[in-house]
Amino acid sequence: MTLMSKLREALLGLRAGRVTLPYPLAARPVPARFRGRPIFDPVKCTGCGGCANNCPAREILLFDLCQEIRILHYLGRRCTYCGRCADVCPEKAITMSHEFENATNSIGDIQQRLELFMSTCQRCGRCFKEPTPLEQLKLKGYRDDDLQNELWVFRSQAYREKEPAVRDVEIELD
Amino acid sequence: MLARLCQKMCKRSLWVYHANSGGCNGCDIEVLNVLTPYYDAERFGIKLVGSPRHADVMLCQGPAMRSTAKALQRAYAAIPAPKLVFAIGSCACGGGLWFDTYNVMGPVEKLIPVDFYVPGCPPRPEAILYGVAVALGLVDKKTAPVKLKQLELPIPRYHPEQLRGEGELVVYQRAQKV
Repeated sequence: MTLMSKLREALLGLRAGRVTLPYPLAARPVPARFRGRPIFDPVKCTGCGGCANNCPAREILLFDLCQEIRILHYLGRRCTYCGRCADVCPEKAITMSHEFENATNSIGDIQQRLELFMSTCQRCGRCFKEPTPLEQLKLKGYRDDDLQNELWVFRSQAYREKEPAVRDVEIELD
Repeated sequence: MLARLCQKMCKRSLWVYHANSGGCNGCDIEVLNVLTPYYDAERFGIKLVGSPRHADVMLCQGPAMRSTAKALQRAYAAIPAPKLVFAIGSCACGGGLWFDTYNVMGPVEKLIPVDFYVPGCPPRPEAILYGVAVALGLVDKKTAPVKLKQLELPIPRYHPEQLRGEGELVVYQRAQKV
């Protein structure tokens, strides 16, 4: 009896055919609404920084080199591909691509860096620096995120005084 | 050195040990998806083992957390010498969405050296298989850092030198929609 059931199982298994995908050797399409890596279009981007202000993972850094050049640095290490940057972008310069094969041996490979021209007021340059610390949290005006240490900088006095709590805490492991 | 190590290791099968140091289990489910017959990672000799002492590869999911840091380091130390570490998911690659909370220390590379990164939240099972194939040398990696530069201002600027007088009117030559 058990032998018969085993044989029947084998027949069922044979009838199912081959289900394994030939994946790494043949391409596999993704669903149409799949969100992969965001792609930044430097031609459309106006450098408003909406993506950087709304990124939940704080992975888009802005740095104002001078009056007219702003650097937008997408790191993508902890990007969850939520698509919020593409959603808030007023110029539709960010598209969520279908790229998911982002495996690398160095984490710096998935970063994108844009150098953008910033339009200036013809009379006074860019003159919209917020006066109070509370208004600076709205993140308009100049931004100087920490590109070396890849840190998003809140424009508050608390950050200026001392380092953020997460980075400098050293705990004893053994 | 890493390439040589891979060449040396990949003559044989990779046995993976699957360590979650505080993730949300999304990446765990995707890793277990890879081991099903549908994706069938055993084609490449990949087998899930229960003990780090039997493993060659450690699959890390979840960020380096304060509560599991010591256990993760001990598990890494228990793997015999030619070993690879895969960071799977955006938590393990970069610390995750909650990278700055009090109990998250950041990416797992703060605690153990990581050789391959598979970003995604969670990565597709195909993406994990692709990472394994990159490690085995079956395919080349597709990503490279991108640097882009605007050469021209996207919005036309107002240039007073381009004002031309036409009779009584003053006409701006490069009148474009702003």
